[in-house]
Amino acid sequence: MRIRAQVGMVMNLDKCIGCHTCSVTCKQVWTNRPGAEYMWFNDVETKPGLGYPKRWEDQEQWRGGWELDRKGRLRLKAGGRIKKLLSIFSNPDLPQIDDYYEPWTYDYDKLITAPLSKHDPVARARSQLTGKALEEIRWGPNWDDNLAGTAEHIHDDPLTKGIEEQVKATYEQAFMFYLPRICEHCLNPSCVASCPSGAMYKREEDGIVLVDQAKCRGWRFCVSGCPYKKVYFNHNTGKAEKCTLCYPRIEVGLPTICSETCVGRIRYIGLVLYDSDRVEAAASVPDEHDLLDAQRDVFLDPEDPAVRAQAARDGIPDDWIEAARRSPVYALAHRYRVALPLHPEYRTLPMVWYVPPLSPIVNSLETDGYEADPDHVFGAIEAMRIPVDYLANLLSAGDGEVIRDVLRRLAAMRGHMRKREVLGEHDTAMAAAAGMTVDDVEDMYRLLAIAKYDDRYVIPQAHAELADRLMEQQGTCGLDFEGGPGNCGAIAYDSHSEDEAFMLTEDQPAKLDIVQMLGDRRREEEAGG
Amino acid sequence: MSSGDVLLWIIIPYAAVTAFAVGHWWRYRTDQFSWTSRSTQLLDRRVLGWASPAFHYGALAAVGGHVIGLCIPPSVTEAVGISESFYRWFAAIAGGVAGAVTLIGFVGLVYRRATSDRVRRSTTRMDIATYFLLTVLIVLGCWMTFGYNLITKSPYNYRDTVGEWWRSLFYLHPHVDAVKDAPVIYQLHAIIAWAFWAFFPFSRLVHAWSIPLQYVGRPYILYRRRYGSSRAPIR
Repeated sequence: MRIRAQVGMVMNLDKCIGCHTCSVTCKQVWTNRPGAEYMWFNDVETKPGLGYPKRWEDQEQWRGGWELDRKGRLRLKAGGRIKKLLSIFSNPDLPQIDDYYEPWTYDYDKLITAPLSKHDPVARARSQLTGKALEEIRWGPNWDDNLAGTAEHIHDDPLTKGIEEQVKATYEQAFMFYLPRICEHCLNPSCVASCPSGAMYKREEDGIVLVDQAKCRGWRFCVSGCPYKKVYFNHNTGKAEKCTLCYPRIEVGLPTICSETCVGRIRYIGLVLYDSDRVEAAASVPDEHDLLDAQRDVFLDPEDPAVRAQAARDGIPDDWIEAARRSPVYALAHRYRVALPLHPEYRTLPMVWYVPPLSPIVNSLETDGYEADPDHVFGAIEAMRIPVDYLANLLSAGDGEVIRDVLRRLAAMRGHMRKREVLGEHDTAMAAAAGMTVDDVEDMYRLLAIAKYDDRYVIPQAHAELADRLMEQQGTCGLDFEGGPGNCGAIAYDSHSEDEAFMLTEDQPAKLDIVQMLGDRRREEEAGG
Repeated sequence: MSSGDVLLWIIIPYAAVTAFAVGHWWRYRTDQFSWTSRSTQLLDRRVLGWASPAFHYGALAAVGGHVIGLCIPPSVTEAVGISESFYRWFAAIAGGVAGAVTLIGFVGLVYRRATSDRVRRSTTRMDIATYFLLTVLIVLGCWMTFGYNLITKSPYNYRDTVGEWWRSLFYLHPHVDAVKDAPVIYQLHAIIAWAFWAFFPFSRLVHAWSIPLQYVGRPYILYRRRYGSSRAPIR
């Protein structure tokens, strides 16, 4: 057993209002640059819909993620290492930028420089790839937002495969919900496995998956290898980029930008302790329907003293272990079992999980007395507007029973609290019928409905003070990291390309005599001035 | 030996080798961020699907042919029992195939770059210089292989002349007489090639050194520690 900590996220789809604030703030912070115009580290998709890039969920087309070979061994769906190297000059599975959309801007200048005329000036759209005017914009970010145009291509949504009968585009039968997506920071990341250069890595301390911009050589197999299509290729720098889980914020205990600015307060961030020695076995279980339980089994219970002792032996700091005990992610995914991984069948063991949405009841169950009878609450699950099978294709590899079980718990929580708050009745029947205790139901209610800031985000700070290394950096130039503006002209610090920005590694300590250096500088200034 | 000969056959080669070596050292130390293939496949996959593999595989084969042809003296190949005429036919045919494949792929890539608005706009000045040098090298190379070795009754034995001079540069005893009477096209190819090597470390061609062969043997999932490698418990 080798215990590692992972920063995970849960999104409560029941509360997402599709406002795109997360996408906008993320874009402002991370991808507001040349070459990154088309990238959305966070995007919000309307389901049913084509998604971003179009049809990303169809792995028969894109060949992302993992699969089992005939002998039951885990391998990349796009093929083995030799095949990758041989096709390195033209990746057969790489999306085109048109699969995302062609980014554009407008001739805003025209609005203020146009001469006086009878008609108002018009700012025309211009492609940010060619600089030419776009006659007609045919696709863009969230083009099919709120089911816009979905009637025409609803069955191009890969999730409707096999359940076409249940997914209707007519107004009376239409349904929709929002799916905000970021990088999954998987336990078994196929992008990392696909990167021939070894530029992509998972951080041991917190599990965040990053691209080393100095080592990336632009072979672009990470883009096609990620089944969620959450690694992007910057066509200006020729390097891969992806969601960083806002690691500079996470390291100081702050939630990501997308979470911080979430209007619906749908996001939860917390630690999960897991056994990294069991990851491969969990990703290799033969039956796709067992993947959810296999992943849950990789998670370790932080209340177990043996787990805590082993975690400490494996180098996890005490305050991190304490944070893992209070983790909302572990609670929603494992204790209350209402959060589910996105497309577990890709076998990447994703770490951004979703609470599926409850939705209006299609027929007339919602009448007097239904709140009072737990059987009716559960009967209503089948009559909900969003077909269970559609959610199952999204969150449980097609296993509808998993979705029903979660919806039952959520419905029971609602019914229980409504009884308590509206009717003033305290009864345990509804909780028991969902297989939960009253305490659990009420704790879950506090987490999901009240959703206090400190309950949603339990993020321990990174231990930057480790091994007194900060002392070594004292007096050096804070701007002197790889790709940074420079060394302030004072110190010939020998930077190393493999070092990550902002830090010194053990094999490359700074050998600087600060006192000597400051003295030299003072003497120079005195001599010069 | 005229001063022109000294410039062309001694100064230019050594200057190019210096620029090649120092340039790579400097680039690798200071600017890994720009060390990339800078693929444009995302922007436009048209033509690229066949042209890029054709160009790259053809070029790799051609480079291999040059290494064999220039580094191994005729005396060695004859000592191991490869006759001069067998070597010539093998080199001319294999080189002809490699050159033709490279040329076809290259024409495809140039056509794509010229006709795709997106790709043309992402082309830098360095890219244009790279394409120019490659065009001259590939055209001259194919011309020599086809015109002077394959479709001719009296093939030119470059191994005893240009090859001799090339090897002598590395003994630090340049044998200028061996090259100065070679056909102009061979001389031109050699001079442009030195310019190409001097230019190499400053262009995107450096991605050639990053062929990720280590991928075959490494574990799939890579972890990195943020703070050194200490695994001691932290309180």
